[in-house]
Amino acid sequence: MSFYMELVDMKVLTANRLDDGAVVYIGKAAPWVEDLASALVAVDAGAEGQLTETAAAAVKARRVVGAYLMPVTVEDGRILPASVRERIRAAGPSNRPDLGKQALAPALPR
Amino acid sequence: MYRYDEFDQQAVDERVAQFRGQVGRRLKGELTEDQFKPLRLMNGLYLQLHAYMLRVAIPYGTLSPRQMHMLAHIARKYDKGYGHFTTRQNIQYNWPRLVDTPDILADLATVEMHGIQTSGNCIRNVTSDPFAGVAAGEVEDPRPWCEIIRQWSTFHPEFSYLPRKFKIAVTGSEHDRAAIKLHDIGIRVVRNAEGETGFEFWVGGGMGRTPIIAKKIKDFVPKADLLDYATACLRVYNELGRRDNIYKARIKILVHEMGLEKYSALVDAEFARSRGTVKLPDAEIARIQAYFAPPAYEALPATSTGFEAHKFEDKGFRAFVRTNVHAHKVPGYAIVSVSLKAPGIAPGDASADQMDAVADIAERYSLDELRVTHEQNLVLPNVKLDDLYTVWQQLSAAGLASANIGLISDIICCPGLDYCDLANARSISIADELQQRFADLERQYAIGNLKIKMSGCINACGHHHVGHIGILGVDKHGKEFYQLQLGGSGAEDASIGQVTGTGFPPERIVGAVETVIGTYLSLRHGDAETFLDCYRRVGLAPFKAALYEAR
Amino acid sequence: MKLVKNASLIADGRKASVVENDWTLVDDDAELPEGKAVVVSLARFRAERDKLVGRNAPLGLRLKSNEAPASVADDLDRIALVALEFPIFRDGRGYSHAVQLRQRFGFDGEVRAVGDVLWDQIPHMIRCGIDSFEVGDDFPLAAFDEAATVFTRHYQPDTTGRPTINELRHG
Repeated sequence: MSFYMELVDMKVLTANRLDDGAVVYIGKAAPWVEDLASALVAVDAGAEGQLTETAAAAVKARRVVGAYLMPVTVEDGRILPASVRERIRAAGPSNRPDLGKQALAPALPR
Repeated sequence: MYRYDEFDQQAVDERVAQFRGQVGRRLKGELTEDQFKPLRLMNGLYLQLHAYMLRVAIPYGTLSPRQMHMLAHIARKYDKGYGHFTTRQNIQYNWPRLVDTPDILADLATVEMHGIQTSGNCIRNVTSDPFAGVAAGEVEDPRPWCEIIRQWSTFHPEFSYLPRKFKIAVTGSEHDRAAIKLHDIGIRVVRNAEGETGFEFWVGGGMGRTPIIAKKIKDFVPKADLLDYATACLRVYNELGRRDNIYKARIKILVHEMGLEKYSALVDAEFARSRGTVKLPDAEIARIQAYFAPPAYEALPATSTGFEAHKFEDKGFRAFVRTNVHAHKVPGYAIVSVSLKAPGIAPGDASADQMDAVADIAERYSLDELRVTHEQNLVLPNVKLDDLYTVWQQLSAAGLASANIGLISDIICCPGLDYCDLANARSISIADELQQRFADLERQYAIGNLKIKMSGCINACGHHHVGHIGILGVDKHGKEFYQLQLGGSGAEDASIGQVTGTGFPPERIVGAVETVIGTYLSLRHGDAETFLDCYRRVGLAPFKAALYEAR
Repeated sequence: MKLVKNASLIADGRKASVVENDWTLVDDDAELPEGKAVVVSLARFRAERDKLVGRNAPLGLRLKSNEAPASVADDLDRIALVALEFPIFRDGRGYSHAVQLRQRFGFDGEVRAVGDVLWDQIPHMIRCGIDSFEVGDDFPLAAFDEAATVFTRHYQPDTTGRPTINELRHG
């Protein structure tokens, strides 16, 4: 990891999908993706603002609920949530590797 | 057990229709999330870390095999094949879709079940003694009274927006298996000198951020006054309970700040004014009690030669009997605890197949009845001694024969940060590690009766305050950390555990528990002195010394 | 804002209707309009009680959720309307206050819900004795229609006087 990367405050916008509650992120290619690896990482206030606006519109359009920005780091190109909570949300329950996103993509960071 | 009549069924069916409408309005955008949230919560629907979570009530912990089969069906059809039995005689599904929840509730309604008032600032699912009606020495089966309270509290127009949630527990026994002193209102069925049934009322108990043992407010409330007296207790709380701070909104804070005497005087004044408003006719009491009449027990000898022979021959069965089989009030029968604390499985979790298996066993060998306990286990309340060996074999085949009830591996544990939106730390992983560390059954016997209770946050769903050993997960600068408490009890000798001192990181908490156990074993007066008795005799100091002085 | 009256909804199944608000809410420091029905705060009522009850026009009282009707029990027969504030939907003190007005004090004037009134709270409010609702202009009247039909029966006695389930069970 570069010195530069440590200084930058990186964030991903996450929410739960309204109809099934699934954990989703604003993605690079699509507005809402289930896989954290496809999430769009905001590196400055401007980008964060755009993510927040996109999320507010999606809340209003009843696609997602409970949207918020979460801090992440990027190591070797992989997005890693800063908190234990977000690592568990991104993967699934740590006692049940057969459930949640980790069941589909076992290589997800723990 | 109770069966709905047309009125009960209609109320639950209409609730499903109402919720279907609410979900529809939410999906159409007629309700915002802020408006929808209290409505879904009052039907038990939360939004957790990974998905929605649906909490279904098992009123006073009694279930029929048919209902258990339905719980299994829901786990398979709408969820991921399992459910989690909680510390409040509920079951939680961790993965339902919002769009499916009206159908789930409709399916539940076909077996007289629901998620009504399993969340929200209302009167919650009424809980009771899992051995109600079958324990020896009981004054009276508390469940008819629970059912009366269930009906009275359902959709109560005045008490649906209380300052905070409100939990009522009822027991009919001296030995408290319902933790009544840790409830907003705890009720013990008693008899007075004239032999009349009445209720001892305890008020203002609870755990959470500020654990408080309930205080006795009335020695004897006559049965006809049960609901009027409860109404008075709630009306005073609804008016005067704090609404400025969510952490001070429970009735325990009101009673604590106001003093029992003043609160009691206000309740008495209100009761004097409104007595006779909520009519509880004798005919209604009799109607409900009739549903709880003892099942058709056979006249059997108090001992069974077959049972004794199997116990002699089979070590595994002997171990099971030692911890999981309890005295029944009827000769020739036993109460069987089914442990949901198998190694590697989250405490309280059961698969759909296990639910079906235990339902089949209950149908064949337990006179059609099952119980769930606040210690996150199941109970087969009516097993013939003659059938115990078969029941044990069938439980074993379903992975449900863990012989550890009351031992150190029978851990109460909330879902913690693996599932819960409120949690600060994981609890399931620590429970798993503890079970591995203390896996040896002989060692568990040597330690004896010991209740470890663990919560992943201050809300104390895992009852850590009343664990003989309590563990509380906290967040310390973004890292999981675990505080240790000793000497708690949720039984008739209720006490709140004392915090040992600085917490421990995840890799050291299990070692800390081992240190506590080692200290106990070195200090106890003979093998018969339990951990709790020993702790109460010697106090915190030697444990504290062992935990911290070597560091 | 609009005012919805609901008094007879349960009794004869009539639909709720929007009615003219005959009452003027008067600020604590404002002049009292001559000959008009006014609603005043508890603070003003306490300060100017004699003057207010001596007026030749109906008097209404607006109670905050922490102001219990018991504090004006002796004057309730001089008051024609009590407006109960629901500052946020979670604040349920108004339910107990409405029940007390009706059951304990036998108040037979209008009990009005004002503030954060939600669709799904209306059935409970009606059962506690509230018979008019001040709601936003876009508040759907369908909510009041649903309130009359959503639950056919109820377990607890309430101020509507309809028989409880126990009364139906045992006659």
